[in-house]
Amino acid sequence: MDFNLSEEQIMIRQAARDYAERELIQDVLERDEKGIYPTQHIQNIAELGFMGMMVDEQYDGGGMDTVSYVLAIEEFSKIDAAVSVIMSVQNSLVCYGINKYGTDEQKEKYLKPLARGEKVGAFLLSEPEAGSDATSQSTTAIEMDDHYLLNGTKNWITSANYGSIYLVVAQTDAEKTHHGINVFIVEKDSPGISLGPKEDKMGMRSSDTHSVMFTDVKVPKENRIGEDGFGFKFAMKTLEAGRIGIAAQATGIAAGALDRAIQYSKERKTFGKPIGHHQAIAFKLADMKVKIEAARNFVLKAAWLKDNDRPFGVAGAMAKQYAADMAMEVTTEAVQIFGGYGYVKEYHVERLMREAKLTQIYEGTSEIQKIVISRDLLRD
Amino acid sequence: MKILICLSNVPDTTTKIKLAGDNSAVEKAGVQWIINPWDELALTRALELKEASGGAITSVTVVTVGGADVEPTMRKGLAIGADDAIRIDAEPKDAYYVAAQIAEVAKDFDIVMTGIESSDYNSSAVGGMLSEFLNVPSVSSVSKMEIEGGDINVTREIDGGSEIVNVATPFVAIVQKGITKEPRIPAMRGIMMARKKPLNVVAAAEVEALTEFVSYELPAAKAACKMVDAENVSELVSLLKNEAKVL
Repeated sequence: MDFNLSEEQIMIRQAARDYAERELIQDVLERDEKGIYPTQHIQNIAELGFMGMMVDEQYDGGGMDTVSYVLAIEEFSKIDAAVSVIMSVQNSLVCYGINKYGTDEQKEKYLKPLARGEKVGAFLLSEPEAGSDATSQSTTAIEMDDHYLLNGTKNWITSANYGSIYLVVAQTDAEKTHHGINVFIVEKDSPGISLGPKEDKMGMRSSDTHSVMFTDVKVPKENRIGEDGFGFKFAMKTLEAGRIGIAAQATGIAAGALDRAIQYSKERKTFGKPIGHHQAIAFKLADMKVKIEAARNFVLKAAWLKDNDRPFGVAGAMAKQYAADMAMEVTTEAVQIFGGYGYVKEYHVERLMREAKLTQIYEGTSEIQKIVISRDLLRD
Repeated sequence: MKILICLSNVPDTTTKIKLAGDNSAVEKAGVQWIINPWDELALTRALELKEASGGAITSVTVVTVGGADVEPTMRKGLAIGADDAIRIDAEPKDAYYVAAQIAEVAKDFDIVMTGIESSDYNSSAVGGMLSEFLNVPSVSSVSKMEIEGGDINVTREIDGGSEIVNVATPFVAIVQKGITKEPRIPAMRGIMMARKKPLNVVAAAEVEALTEFVSYELPAAKAACKMVDAENVSELVSLLKNEAKVL
């Protein structure tokens, strides 16, 4: 067993850490407060290659492995999970999906600008009535002569506004239930697409989340990914990969909270000594550290399985469920350590706590992950 | 025009330094190694100048004196954008030894850049010694460097201000903060390329070090800070007199 990171992996982690500590930290509070999209940061991290890290080099990607990717996601998330969610959707859902299942033409046309980070991608699966239950899609794509006609509404779409390449999951044949689902590459400026207002979220407020409405949107047939009826499998496979990214994000949010809690525990004094010298606080820090390290190992294991072409679905589900629930616990404890200061925005930990909450909900709730894990256990 | 950047391999600036049992050396286990921060700034500036030179600057090379263990740090330099690297295969013994070794390979370069000091030993000596070995001018405390056409102007910090020096190649620039805004973060492509770029290992020259490290000592632990009420001047005076013994 080899726990060593490669030189490249260490360099990538350091590059992400440097960017986050140098740049993201500058305006993270203001962007969170006002819900400002991190346009310049996304451009900058794209130039560094973080928006298409795992895409094959021949399609202008970084050709990096999943381990490198989760290391980078963790580092960005320590400082700013709104930026890391945009990066995560881009890499582990949109780019991963097209890179793995798209045709050469689709890769040339759509993957290359995504991998270069010139375009941002969005993944449109959830609907007002279909979140965790992805089989009950009410968005329809009716096959016409040379195109599909898309109608319906998608909800909770990260990068809906700033993104320009959508992956849209839709029902093409209701009778076939989930075998009648397809996924399409849709250009956002196609006629018939409109956005709902920006969601006023609890956390990750700097990322843009909208609902997206499709009214008779024509999608060229060549924009369907995979064989007819491949959409549900595509969505599940892609989300399997996505979970690892969100698990890394949750780990990073928690690690960021711990970093701040350690610092504060050294500086803040009560009863004549730094609060870190009180066992009540010291043990909290120890518990936080142990949980973060466990989550990190889960994440790296899942990433390693994926990189070695082994099944990673359950490992990813365990990583995401554990890391997300852990992030909620750890950030809550961080706020507790800060006391009143933790409850005001200036000290960051309340923001990290708000961000942690979303990791338990999106890309498969913690409960959905437990379904995945338990079904695997009980399978005959 | 060719630029050579002297990269020193130093412990990360947040390292908690430990000494080996008999205080004869710094404990290397568990240390994260980085490019000396000033050298990283020099490298970044050299790359900026190269990119803006329209081909006039043909290459930026990094050089390090050290064993194979310094190569990851050198490859970080290549990932940031240096074209190639030279490792002089020797353990650095002191500043004189390092400067003498680098001088052997620096002759072919038009501009040699060193950081003003290294963040481990801080002796601030290699740059000046190197220019002596090479018998070329050196400009120290360089906080700005511009190249236009063949004209090289460097700004150096002096007491109460700065001076601009016009300098002919070859020369040694000993740079400090301000030479560029921030060290460049390597991009994914650079990181991928780093292993494919040449890292040439050359044998060390026969040089005797002039000094020898006898032993190391860690700084004394910081004493606890005593808070005195702002109104209580007599207590402050008494503490300064009797405890701190500075009055």
